[in-house]
Amino acid sequence: MIIEPNKENQGTMNSLKHISLVLAMAPLALMAQERFATRNGHIAFHSSTPMENIEAHNRKVTSVWDATTGAVEFAVLVKAFEFEKALMQEHFNENYMDSNTFPKATFKGKFGGVTAADLKKAGTYPVDVSGDLTIHGVTKPVTSKGTITVDAAGVVKATSEFNVKPEDHGIEIPGVVRKNIAEQMKVTVALDYAKM
Amino acid sequence: MIRTTLLACALSASPLFAQDDLLGLLGEEETGPVYTNASFKTTRVINGHSLENTAHGVLDFKISHRFGLLNQGIKNFYGLDEAEMRIGLDYGLTDRLMIGIGRSGYQKTVDGFAKYKILKQCDSGCEMPITLAVVAGTSIATLQQQDLPWYRPDITDYFTHRISHSMQVIIGRKFNESITLQLNPGVVHRNLVAGTDDPNDVIHISGAGRIKLTKRVAINAEYFYVLPGQLDDVYKNSLSMGFDIETGGHVFQLHFTNSTGMFERAFITETQGTWGDGAIRYGFNISRVFTLHNPKKKPD
Repeated sequence: MIIEPNKENQGTMNSLKHISLVLAMAPLALMAQERFATRNGHIAFHSSTPMENIEAHNRKVTSVWDATTGAVEFAVLVKAFEFEKALMQEHFNENYMDSNTFPKATFKGKFGGVTAADLKKAGTYPVDVSGDLTIHGVTKPVTSKGTITVDAAGVVKATSEFNVKPEDHGIEIPGVVRKNIAEQMKVTVALDYAKM
Repeated sequence: MIRTTLLACALSASPLFAQDDLLGLLGEEETGPVYTNASFKTTRVINGHSLENTAHGVLDFKISHRFGLLNQGIKNFYGLDEAEMRIGLDYGLTDRLMIGIGRSGYQKTVDGFAKYKILKQCDSGCEMPITLAVVAGTSIATLQQQDLPWYRPDITDYFTHRISHSMQVIIGRKFNESITLQLNPGVVHRNLVAGTDDPNDVIHISGAGRIKLTKRVAINAEYFYVLPGQLDDVYKNSLSMGFDIETGGHVFQLHFTNSTGMFERAFITETQGTWGDGAIRYGFNISRVFTLHNPKKKPD
């Protein structure tokens, strides 16, 4: 009766050893992978013409950034763009983006110029963004400038701004509304990354 | 010991190989329900209601014309020399509830309705194969008693006699990008009818659909089948066919129909022309929307 619990203790000790070994290795793995992610990033686009200004906001942007390798990915649900006018939103999905056929816009590329080590210190770091932007099923290479901001609390924010031409992605704009829709859409990206 | 080390190595190494799919690391997305949109270009198929609602905060100004009979020939410029009109305003109180009022030249009638979407067809994030809506309307004829065809001369002209009601259930589905079909059974209640044998309640089962030809043009058709034995033989079932053309803020609906009136009592129970005789009319509805209020607006 007294010996048995001892045996059990030994068993526990053994598995503890194993766990501590795994734990000892774990920091190595974490050091190697500084990953950040969000599910509620903000992407907006603006079209301004003398006829009218159009803007739409999407606050459900998902993104994962591996600060170690610089690799970054974005996915945007096209139907989650919200417009001021309900009809604009309907036409955006139905007539321009074909969002039933192409439900998502994606970006796959790199954040260059900032290292995982930088993120340990508060500050603003310029980044070079490059990669492939897929909208309406058409992929185009894009490059842009962005900034990564780390505040005192260690919160990582990423912002960028670039232009997209609807025609580059096979989005046709009929003559009737050509004057109402800008040649270039100004796209702004703002994300609050959380560590994965 | 070796096994544990190997395991740890494997664990720390595997993410390095998984970089092709960074987003995959986030796991399943929780995007919430996405409802089907743009089943029809506007809230009417032709005369009858479609399963669509005016969005919350949107005012839809509708002007509709039905010209004279096509078979009147060149003398009457194939009907285009004369027209019946309806002017209407619809408004979305919420994304599910819309109301509307209208004034028709036909029997100088004022009509009003409310439409409520009970179920919304779902694209993803939820499961609902159909849209279900109910429409309840009332119309009041203001024409002089002696000019109303259904007003018997021997009875007192009470205000309630001029009223009729209609109720419809719309069950519809957008099958794919181009095809939407709906079934709309309903009843029209007339407070006063011409003959003592005429029923006050007229039951109909109706259907409508559209086929999109291009992104901005669709073909629509609708048929109101009044169950037999309810109406006099001079009254026919309403059949309409036409095109929807959308140009940004406007929807132009151009069609041919054998009905004259543009509210339920008129086109369901008082249609007189037949397609076979060419007793049909060219007509159009123009819809122009104004966003009066934006419920989604958030301070940025």
